[in-house]
Amino acid sequence: MSKTLFKNARIIDPATDADMRGDVLVEDEKIAAIGAKAAPAKISAEIDVVECNGLVLSPGLVDMRVVTGEPGAEHKETLGSASRSAAVGGVTSFVVMPDTHPVIDEATLVDFIKRRGRARGDVHIIPAGALTKGLEGKHMSELGLMKNAGAFLFTNGGRPITDARVMRRVMTYARGFDLLVMHRAEDPSLGQGVMNESDLSARLGLAGIPAEAETIMLQRDLALAALTGVRYVMDMASSAHSVDLLRAARQAGQTVGGTVSINHLLLNENDVGDYRTFAKLSPPLRGESDRQALVRAVAEGVIEYVVSGHIPQPAEDKRLPFSEAAFGSSGLEALLPGLLTLVQTEDLTLMQALRSVTSAPADLLGLWQGRLAIGAPADIILINPDRPFVFDADTMLSRSKNSALDGRRLQGRAELTMVSGKIVHRAAA
Amino acid sequence: MSLTSPAPGVAPVAPILKSPHLLSILDLDRLEAEVLLDYADTFVELNRQPQKKRDTLKGRTLVNLFFENSTRTQSSFELAGKRLGADTVNMAPRSSSIAKGETLLDTAVTLNAMHPDLLVVRHSASGAANLLAQKVDCAVINAGDGAHEHPTQALLDALTIRRTLGKIEGVRVAICGDVMHSRVARSNVLLLNMLGAEIRLVAPATLMPRSAHEWGAKVFNDMHKGLKDVDVVMMLRLQLERMDGALIPSTREYFRFFGLDWEKLAEAKPGVKVMHPGPMNRGVEIDSTVADDPKVSLIQAQVEMGVAVRMAVLAALTARASNAQAAQ
Repeated sequence: MSKTLFKNARIIDPATDADMRGDVLVEDEKIAAIGAKAAPAKISAEIDVVECNGLVLSPGLVDMRVVTGEPGAEHKETLGSASRSAAVGGVTSFVVMPDTHPVIDEATLVDFIKRRGRARGDVHIIPAGALTKGLEGKHMSELGLMKNAGAFLFTNGGRPITDARVMRRVMTYARGFDLLVMHRAEDPSLGQGVMNESDLSARLGLAGIPAEAETIMLQRDLALAALTGVRYVMDMASSAHSVDLLRAARQAGQTVGGTVSINHLLLNENDVGDYRTFAKLSPPLRGESDRQALVRAVAEGVIEYVVSGHIPQPAEDKRLPFSEAAFGSSGLEALLPGLLTLVQTEDLTLMQALRSVTSAPADLLGLWQGRLAIGAPADIILINPDRPFVFDADTMLSRSKNSALDGRRLQGRAELTMVSGKIVHRAAA
Repeated sequence: MSLTSPAPGVAPVAPILKSPHLLSILDLDRLEAEVLLDYADTFVELNRQPQKKRDTLKGRTLVNLFFENSTRTQSSFELAGKRLGADTVNMAPRSSSIAKGETLLDTAVTLNAMHPDLLVVRHSASGAANLLAQKVDCAVINAGDGAHEHPTQALLDALTIRRTLGKIEGVRVAICGDVMHSRVARSNVLLLNMLGAEIRLVAPATLMPRSAHEWGAKVFNDMHKGLKDVDVVMMLRLQLERMDGALIPSTREYFRFFGLDWEKLAEAKPGVKVMHPGPMNRGVEIDSTVADDPKVSLIQAQVEMGVAVRMAVLAALTARASNAQAAQ
């Protein structure tokens, strides 16, 4: 039996709101004991002791939105490279989007992702199934068979379903199987731009995407979610109005939620600056008041889940004129430091920040992960929240070194990452 | 509840119903339905004799007006009419592209001029039988209108259950499949509820009407749960046009979760019986070995009961018409 003892840690478990000093004992793949009396009376040589010196010990992060290039575009990212990037970023589980070639729209492909993730991944890789065949938004895919094969989440990835009748039927069918539906709320016909529609986009001469592209689709989705009773999650909110819509729907008793990417919590449209393609994201970065509303929404729990929005794009797709460059940013290594930066600026408490990436998404997905509890999987990270650094995208382990946060001063990162009782990352001292 | 068999050679007396037509199960009350089933029982015995012919409907004209193809129902009504001595005519007007309502009314006027006594109609539009009944002078029997009703199917299903299990009151029946588009389901829910059965509806959420829980039935989207401890499983036909990813993802997913196989049937009570209105999509909604197993399948019995029930309905509506005429 392999044993690891984390000594003298500040233990934070958002699932129980616990914030305490103590030890955590890991036996094999599980957490065996937590608290002041967790350490065995006699510490034998076979126990690997990690002296935490009061650093924060938290459940590993659960990232609900990661795109890789496997299968089909392995030059961008593989499940293996994404998982190494995740381990460095303190992400111990991530949901991989179905936007691949082929699209993950049937049970055998879900099974492929699961097996490949297990074989090549340092962290837990959780498949998501496509809501429609080929993500085309026309024909429902085999949602039930994919659920049985191990898909925890169903989404149309980056391609919203525009046909309301298809969406209604997909939601209705999904409700019958109690599936979780996540959907990018964007009307593609209004969304044919390259950045936020604003005075800035007008001055830069770039085609704008109005916030209404998001809110129109979100209103439709919320109406259909009410009609069908499906569990619905809005995929990556970008505007203040979306927060208001989600809040109202939740107050009306709907089982709906929303995610936001770490980029949208830290950046605004001005970061596009001098046509910086690393800041070209979908949904686009919006105004500062939108950013502030999104941060408040996380603090208040209106938006419960923060994601990396990891979309790796190789240099050749980013080193292009702004309007021709690809959307997306590699985010697995930025998620935790980004959140800790918001803690440092006192926009979020440490508990709020960690909950949005641990117990909240784990509970939503129905995972055992995301908590420090006896018997729970030993997915644990050690964080030094007081260690500032300049985020350098070139040092990322992701195959695509594009990050909207490149060059930013961030605060704190994972010193150690353990997955299922195995240490998969240790930061250089 | 069942009438004792009449003495050989003596025809039992047809019950008189309140409604001149059978358009919906709602045209019957509980007593009428039960008496009608008792009456149908006598025809089951008659149909098993070498000499099946009666002259109850001698001189009467029965018109089968089938706008939608049907082999089973049409031949069942045709046999029922012929065994009771009626002159039986089958008409299959082509559904044209012009407005259906107009075509239907034209046909009604034409038919009415021929003075039929009984008009059996099947149409793809819900309410078509009701419309015809307003325009003709004879008794109209709905043999299936769109996604509305198919009352004789429900009667034959009830008779099958009653003869097999000895009762309907308290029997737990799961109606499974495309409830949304099924007239068979609607008529069965009405009739079996009226007769005191406990009804469950089992379907993927996309094939279940939103208000189905208000029909006096328990609604299930999981077949394993829906079949738990039921006495009878009634499968519905899945229309092929629903299978292309619009309402369900694929036939293989449908069969996996909603097709009746031995594994799911094991949830039901020991001795469970399986029914299907036909024609079956084998390997889509029902496993062939289940459908063909005489120990569980009542599908053949349903066809037999169909003729008897339709004889009872034809005779009862004719008796009512004669009574009404005599009263004038």
